Amino acid sequence: MSTFIAITISGLALGAVYFLVASGLSLIYGLMDVLNFAHGAFLTLGAYAGWEVASHLTGALGTEGQFAATIAAATAGGAFVALVTEVLLIRPLYGRPISQILVTVGLDLALVGLLLGAFGSNSRAIPAPAWLTSVTRVGAERLPNGDFVALGAGIVVLCGLTWFLRYTRYGLVIRAGVENREMVQALGIDVGRAFTLVFVIGGAAAGLAGLLYSFVFSGGLVDPTQGDQLLIFAFIVVVIGGLGSLNGSVIAAILVGLVQVYVGFYLGSHNGLAELGNVSVVLLLAVVLQARPGGLLGTPT
Amino acid sequence: MSTTTTPTTPTDPTGAASPVRRATDRFVARLAGGPPRVGGTAPVRRTGSVVGGIVLAVFAVLPFVGVQVPWVLPGTVDVVNSAGTLQVLGLCFVFGGVALGYDLLFGYTGLLSFGQVLYFAEGAYVFDIALTQWHWALLPALALTAGVGLVLAVVLGAISLRVNGIAFAMVTLAFAQAMYYLIEDNPHGLTGGDTGLAMATARVPALLLGVGNTRDLYWLALAFLLVVYAVVWLATESVTGRVWMAIRENEARVEVLGLRSFPFKLSAVVLSSLIATGGGVVYLLLIGTVAPDAVASTTVTISVLVMVVLGGVGTRWGAVVGAIVYVYLQQYLLKVAAQPSFASLPGVLRAPLSQPEFLLGAIFILFILFAPGGIAGITGRLRHGIASRRQDAQKGGSSGARAH
Amino acid sequence: MNGSPVSAPPAGGTASAHRAGLALDVADLHVTIAGSHVLQGVSFQVPSGGVTALLGRNGVGKTTTLRSVLGLLAATGRVDLLGHDVVGWPTHRIIRLGVGYVPEDRDVFAGLTVRENLRLAEAGSRPRYDDVYRLFPELHERGRQLAGTLSGGQQQMLAIGRVLLNPRPILLVDEPTKGLSPKYVSEVVSVLERIGGEATILLVEQNVHVVRRLARTIVVLDQGRVAHAGAVEDLADEDLVRRLLGVAGAS
Repeated sequence: MSTFIAITISGLALGAVYFLVASGLSLIYGLMDVLNFAHGAFLTLGAYAGWEVASHLTGALGTEGQFAATIAAATAGGAFVALVTEVLLIRPLYGRPISQILVTVGLDLALVGLLLGAFGSNSRAIPAPAWLTSVTRVGAERLPNGDFVALGAGIVVLCGLTWFLRYTRYGLVIRAGVENREMVQALGIDVGRAFTLVFVIGGAAAGLAGLLYSFVFSGGLVDPTQGDQLLIFAFIVVVIGGLGSLNGSVIAAILVGLVQVYVGFYLGSHNGLAELGNVSVVLLLAVVLQARPGGLLGTPT
Repeated sequence: MSTTTTPTTPTDPTGAASPVRRATDRFVARLAGGPPRVGGTAPVRRTGSVVGGIVLAVFAVLPFVGVQVPWVLPGTVDVVNSAGTLQVLGLCFVFGGVALGYDLLFGYTGLLSFGQVLYFAEGAYVFDIALTQWHWALLPALALTAGVGLVLAVVLGAISLRVNGIAFAMVTLAFAQAMYYLIEDNPHGLTGGDTGLAMATARVPALLLGVGNTRDLYWLALAFLLVVYAVVWLATESVTGRVWMAIRENEARVEVLGLRSFPFKLSAVVLSSLIATGGGVVYLLLIGTVAPDAVASTTVTISVLVMVVLGGVGTRWGAVVGAIVYVYLQQYLLKVAAQPSFASLPGVLRAPLSQPEFLLGAIFILFILFAPGGIAGITGRLRHGIASRRQDAQKGGSSGARAH
Repeated sequence: MNGSPVSAPPAGGTASAHRAGLALDVADLHVTIAGSHVLQGVSFQVPSGGVTALLGRNGVGKTTTLRSVLGLLAATGRVDLLGHDVVGWPTHRIIRLGVGYVPEDRDVFAGLTVRENLRLAEAGSRPRYDDVYRLFPELHERGRQLAGTLSGGQQQMLAIGRVLLNPRPILLVDEPTKGLSPKYVSEVVSVLERIGGEATILLVEQNVHVVRRLARTIVVLDQGRVAHAGAVEDLADEDLVRRLLGVAGAS
């Protein structure tokens, strides 16, 4: 029983990280019809930005200050690379969705190569405060603190995004643009600025997710291909939730996170198949698509 | 625009087929149309086959060329028919075939798959497991590999074709990743997990073995590419091929014409998957071992996609050229990066240049931005430029000659 | 200026059409969609003030004309809109010249509330909610309702209302009465009549009675070209109506 609760919280934390990645992907796709393959590289870059700052700040700001700076660096790093990507690579290709996808594929290839060249294929350990990697005892339970941090970050971002979309002018433009981009332009609104904004938001969430994944699920380590692995699960979350639906990605992220850890723990590790949890998620995707090709909350096309 | 809504004589098979045929012909005509075709396609095609024939003949006799060429060869020895160089060229041909198969799917049918590596991995691994773990003979192992490949392609193709466009790309990616995880998991010790599985040589004919016989493997890879080229050529020129192209242009219209697009899309998926399976088989024979990161990771799919786009989408020969350029550059850059003089470069240069993926990714991005037609598009433009300049000269340089 | 307000296409004319009393001057407009040449050199003029109707059978390119004027479709030729040659401009810049667009299928944002739909359309610092709510009181009452749950007529009011929030010298209105119940048709018509008193309207409309009531001038498209341009009284010509509009007995 006690492991069940710990496993469940771990699954929810994983779902929170997936949501951070998938929300950006889903918004970008919904508004711009762009599948951002480079999102995986954004994740990794975010984690490396965190590593860079954390390892240079040792002792300067105290443990908590260092941790805050690490998180800020990862988020800002993801946002910055997303901004540059949108302005330099995506914007010149407006109206050519396939080329936009291909250019992000090339960017992912190039960025991962660059990271491999700069940092080598060995993992780097990101300095973190001791409490992050320890556990909290609740009765007989030993619950990792990192899980709660990831879960908290997911909830904060979800609330922030919901508020932004509901109550701000740009949120209104984005919601309208997801529905009918052309008509937004026909009201005299420069939808290109919303594109850039959505990319930056997605990049920031991805940078944060990359760092959290390293802390919580990767033993504090980051390596150049980590983001691409994570991205594939985020894609699965986006398709299961329904392309372009933020609420759909919330539900799907939780579902995928839980299925993955339950199957991985209860079926996989008992049979010596460490990757069974990962495989089960793909089966889940196949099942959902048979029942609802548009995803849980998407509209079938 | 005709606006007839009632279908005529739906029971007559030829009559029912002909409007489709006509409609698809229109699509094809429109696609292939455009300025370069104005002067007629026959001379271009004839020049193309002459060039192709010459290149093929050169490649076929290359193993007899013992000339030393400095700098440009990817092998460690600077001799054209060294085992290292022949192996790299063989790899070029294998991926040339796989890229052609991918072009059939992406370039001709318009299906963007991110999971092509699944079938390549299936070809390499199932063949390897049958030979190495179960000690099967060559032919039964081949039959099993083909059978599994066919079943996988039909089942997974049918599931992923439930969705369109971007979702299709993501679903194929997910399936391929599941295959990767299965291989990594090393179920029953079959796949060798992370370290991979070297091919047992006991049941493989001697002429396909060893460094001394790299020449035979080279020819095998070249033959594979030729066969794939012929198959893709026949398929894309057939009626089915026309429907593929019509689906790429406007799937809804194909359905309106009374043709279910699903079986056609599935046939494209299956054919291109089988080609990838064949590529995996030849890869195993050529390289002698498999490992998940080299054979089953998404990077392989991405590479194949990059090859096709670099060469020119939907042009057949473009995919082959793209693959050869990509693999050759990749191997060559690895060799350059391994040289001692490279280590003396400043870190700012060394870090990016040591990674072929970085350079290839950057080149790819430049192509997308500035030459979306790929290498085929560039040569097409050059050829058209020369042709029209010649025309200008013939017409005494009259200014209207180039206007369409 | 002299003679009929809709005359033959201008010869060259670099002088601003705006100064010549034209709100819109389209010359030799060509549009190709997916390989078919939909507009094949459309030329017409819309005088400032009042309603000009753009007529023609289904599929002759009326909507395409509006959309290419707005930059929603790539076009070649010359489009002089309120004194600017706007071909190649992005849509939002064209709109900001002071253009209101009411599209064929209303295209209100179904997932947004009525109020949010209006808020999205605010352009200046002082949106004229009072005027809009006076014209369409229902929009005020249903402010919190999702636009997707409105009836067709209510959606049309929203689509018109949102372009009236800001001063728009010219409105492009595409089939505003299509599929509406008679009650809403007469309401929409009376609103357009009132707007036409102060702004310029280019109206695509199939209903000949509506056209007669609202328009002063007409432009008739046929097979991607302008087949007739003149005063609305030309619609009395039975032969013209039957030949170009495919409807019999307009009187």
